[in-house]
Amino acid sequence: MKKRILIRFKKNTIDKPIVYRLSKDYDLVFNILRANVYPKAESIMVLEIEGDEENFEKGIQYLKSKNLQIESIEQDIIRDENKCVHCGICTSVCATEALSIDRKDKMRVVFNYEKCVACELCVKVCPVKAMSVYFD
Amino acid sequence: MRTVEEINEKIKKGKVVVVTAEEMVAIAKEKGVKRAAQMVDVVTTGTFGPMCSTGMFINLGHSSPRIKIGGGKCLLNDVPAYAGLAAVDIYIGATALPEEDPRNSVYPGSFKYGGGHVIEDFVAGKNIRLVAYAYGTDCYPRRKIETYINKETVNEAYLYNPRNCYQNYNVAVNLSNRILYTYMGILKPNLQNANFCSAGQLSPLLKDPNYRTIGIGTRIFLGGGIGYVAWRGTQHNPNVKRDENGIPKMPAGTLAVIGDAKAMNPRFLRGASFIGYGATIFVGIGIPIPVLDEEVAYYASRGDEELWAQVVDYGTDYPQNIKKSIGEVTYAELKSGVIKVNGKEVPSYPISSYSMAVEVAETLKQWILNGKMYLTTPVEELPRAGADIKICSLEEARPGFM
Repeated sequence: MKKRILIRFKKNTIDKPIVYRLSKDYDLVFNILRANVYPKAESIMVLEIEGDEENFEKGIQYLKSKNLQIESIEQDIIRDENKCVHCGICTSVCATEALSIDRKDKMRVVFNYEKCVACELCVKVCPVKAMSVYFD
Repeated sequence: MRTVEEINEKIKKGKVVVVTAEEMVAIAKEKGVKRAAQMVDVVTTGTFGPMCSTGMFINLGHSSPRIKIGGGKCLLNDVPAYAGLAAVDIYIGATALPEEDPRNSVYPGSFKYGGGHVIEDFVAGKNIRLVAYAYGTDCYPRRKIETYINKETVNEAYLYNPRNCYQNYNVAVNLSNRILYTYMGILKPNLQNANFCSAGQLSPLLKDPNYRTIGIGTRIFLGGGIGYVAWRGTQHNPNVKRDENGIPKMPAGTLAVIGDAKAMNPRFLRGASFIGYGATIFVGIGIPIPVLDEEVAYYASRGDEELWAQVVDYGTDYPQNIKKSIGEVTYAELKSGVIKVNGKEVPSYPISSYSMAVEVAETLKQWILNGKMYLTTPVEELPRAGADIKICSLEEARPGFM
């Protein structure tokens, strides 16, 4: 299974190597989509975790035992096909090339959801607001 | 070879041969320019990019009692419209912003709704909230009005865009060490991306580089409706660096265009927000080129690999108005996704929509094939290379020094 979670670090909880433990002890594949970790302010991390269900549950239990607040998120970037004008501006900021130019099809912008890490840069630059964040 | 009258006769009879500029490039490559000129009557072009010098005149009609908005203040969906005309004539420009928009005070600003969005909403038939303030006169006693308007409730509504359809444009890069938010998109520091803004081989004025068939009075596709070239656009400058065949290698000619906004289609007029820069509008424009002779066919069939643009630094040169190019590249290179600047490979990205430009050129082609649009001969030529035109800069002058 593959799931995205949001971890809220409370005070004095940022010093644990949690990602290492998830990977090493529970055999979970992780992808850090976002991390805002500060020593004195509230910190968050968005992780995409992949592994079998049992390990996933154990991993979550481990995180909770470390006094971390876990929220399951189904946060996705979606494109409104009626709004997109295929100008290409988003492709210049998309680091993972989830948004790319199809040179064989009139330079249209292709959105490959599989590659998207939900960094939201495209949402900020899209001049016609075709890209948005979707919370499930 | 053929005249505009002969082409129009063929349109009437349903015998006209129309191809898009993209198709024309392929035909000329395969069969040669001479044969292409014989086969094709009309080449349709298209472009779809952000064009800030765009706006719309509206005559609102008179209220009872009357109000003289002229000399007063007028807001459309909170966006200020120009009200320095007669009582109920207003003009809404694409870059206008609501007074309460934070602009770049929270940098980079997002400019969510501006004049371009008002124009799009209006053309889409939506209701627009009108608030106007006036000082009141004997003949126009009213001081304030709050109401809704849409394209059915107003008298005239027409776009008049002082500068659209740039013949070629800069390729924007950033040599500075900080991120830049520009009208050419986000430019990453230290030459990490190059953004370009032209349809290249589909772009109207690049396919008629010496303005032989496009001039004042030319009937065009404008925002999904029919429009006309009204005048040369502001900053029209035919006297720029050109290649050995006379095709401009940098921004050159421009067009002022006009057309009935009520008959336009919001698909081809899209309000836009450029992060850190402002509000504007994407405009779709297409111009038919009558293939009068082999020379017209030659220019109309030049492909991306023969069309050049200048690479300009938006870190220092552009903002400081230093007119300098740091290299030149072809549209074929730009569309390949990587160009070479100062010996470095730089990824290149478009900011105008090629696929929408194709759609404009295709739509225009269908209009001509179906007899919805006939071609025109210019009433007056646009100033050509060698004309007495030079671009002025705005100096900080003081009386007595002038």
